[in-house]
Amino acid sequence: MALPTYDEVVAKWDPVLGLEVHVELNTNSKMFCSCATEFGAAPNTQTCPVCLALPGALPVVNEKAIESTILIGLALNCKIAPYSRFARKNYFYPDMPKNFQISQYDEPICFDGYVDVEIETEEGPKQFRIEIERVHMEEDTGKSLHVGGATGRIHGADYSLLDYNRAGIPLVEIVTKIVPGTGKYAPEVAKAYVAELRDILRGLKVSDVKMEQGSLRCDANVSLKPIGSDVLGTRSETKNVNSLRSVERAIRGEMIRHAELLNDGKKVKQETRHFQEDTGLTRSGRSKEQAEDYRYFPDPDLVPVTPAAAWIEELRATLPERPSLRRKRLKEEWSVPDKEMAAMINADVLDIVEATVLLGADPTKARTWWLGEISRIANEKELPIAELSITPAHVAELVELVAKGELTDKLARQVVEGVVAGEGTPSEVVAKRGIKVVNDDGALMAAIEKVCAEQAETAEKVRGGHLPAAGALIGAVMKETKGQADAARVRELLLGHLGVN
Amino acid sequence: MSSLSRDDVAKLAGLARIEMTEAELVELSSQFGMILDAVARVQEMDLSGVKATSHPQPLENIARPDVVQPSLSPEDALSGAPAQEESRFRVPQILGEAE
Repeated sequence: MALPTYDEVVAKWDPVLGLEVHVELNTNSKMFCSCATEFGAAPNTQTCPVCLALPGALPVVNEKAIESTILIGLALNCKIAPYSRFARKNYFYPDMPKNFQISQYDEPICFDGYVDVEIETEEGPKQFRIEIERVHMEEDTGKSLHVGGATGRIHGADYSLLDYNRAGIPLVEIVTKIVPGTGKYAPEVAKAYVAELRDILRGLKVSDVKMEQGSLRCDANVSLKPIGSDVLGTRSETKNVNSLRSVERAIRGEMIRHAELLNDGKKVKQETRHFQEDTGLTRSGRSKEQAEDYRYFPDPDLVPVTPAAAWIEELRATLPERPSLRRKRLKEEWSVPDKEMAAMINADVLDIVEATVLLGADPTKARTWWLGEISRIANEKELPIAELSITPAHVAELVELVAKGELTDKLARQVVEGVVAGEGTPSEVVAKRGIKVVNDDGALMAAIEKVCAEQAETAEKVRGGHLPAAGALIGAVMKETKGQADAARVRELLLGHLGVN
Repeated sequence: MSSLSRDDVAKLAGLARIEMTEAELVELSSQFGMILDAVARVQEMDLSGVKATSHPQPLENIARPDVVQPSLSPEDALSGAPAQEESRFRVPQILGEAE
């Protein structure tokens, strides 16, 4: 039977979601030991007896990690447990040298919260409430490199190589309750939820939230039930979903895969699946039944966490503005059209534009630079915009130079190029490259006379009152002065020279 | 008297990655029963109002500041490894598990 189309799927089936998001905290040191947490360090340079599980080593929890987790819980409208404990999750796998992962089991530190997300639909913006089951603390695992075999994957590998730098980095897991009632919007709601979560976490400054580096990872549970039914279908859990776009694709793909099986009268298997970034499809992993006997028990090496109510209230008072409200506020303050606002959110430049505006730049100008020329360069270099060497301060300076008439838009683009190339601040680039607007009327007149001589016929037309022809001459003068002239001044001088007004 | 079946013991042994002979499985299933009985005596006491405990000391909120201390050198970290390659721990192939 042919694969059903997405429209066919949602006409018959009602998706139910469940999302688990793992966030690496940006603490300086690990969760239970004092090793550094720097991303990309040489293998096994950030390990110690605790995170290598050497005999006798004892874990001590990082107080900043507890604070960050409580902040996350509060930002997600959770209750904070006055008493919670760590538990050992036992499993044998070389990514954890202890043969257990320290996590929280039946006593998570935060529980019962919610996040509201809004998506654009054909019928206008629609809001969905995603309920949060729990937020708990745990530790990340080491990184495995599978050697041998054709694919670099586990199957067919001859052996594996382990780097424990990541083992023990503080990890927070945020688990939703089941999310019903999203219907055909399920993939977009899930994407909007992960995006909102990312923005909230970024606002709290508790994580780098870089999906491409794995500091924010999403596991998506999907099941289908017939529309109108109350009985939940069998779910699959898709791991490896490492971008916002992938969240949407993975859920859409799983909905179609489930529907195909169910339409054929087959059963969905409860299992873990792995998302394939290249094809957008998922591949079967281990089956869930065998894997879930973790024999959790309270970790006897760690003592209960009992945050004082006063401390929780102190933290609550420091919560930043909710990202969704902030977007609404900025949209109004900057009077940005819907489409442009969506473009900024999509391109992930809202923070950077705001920083630029706070430095005094005109909001429209700031937006145009970041969304236009700078985004173009980032795309060309295949880099996230934040990794270019141009900063909000540079753009604010650039906008000012243009406003003062010291640069034309065209020259400013050359300056951007220079800043991105690491030649310094806009003023430094202007000085080094000798970029300046030609305001010297004498030099402009020389260029105008030359152009009028070369294009005598066109000049004659203009002289005869055919003004549209002036454009070609102005263009030629701009070219002659290498874009350094102010076009309005050129026009004025040219028309004066040709005796028309 | 509590009892654990031979299959229960086999499952536990599998989860703990302990290889056991058939005779050991049978012997342990009765021993486990006795151990469970001994521990079950706790239930005979009146424990209302007693909090479950997981640590011998009545301690709470023992934490450390988020300050980095020097780690082991990779050479030291790997010094006890049965096998290593490219500054990483080398382990036998892992089959039938997650990727």
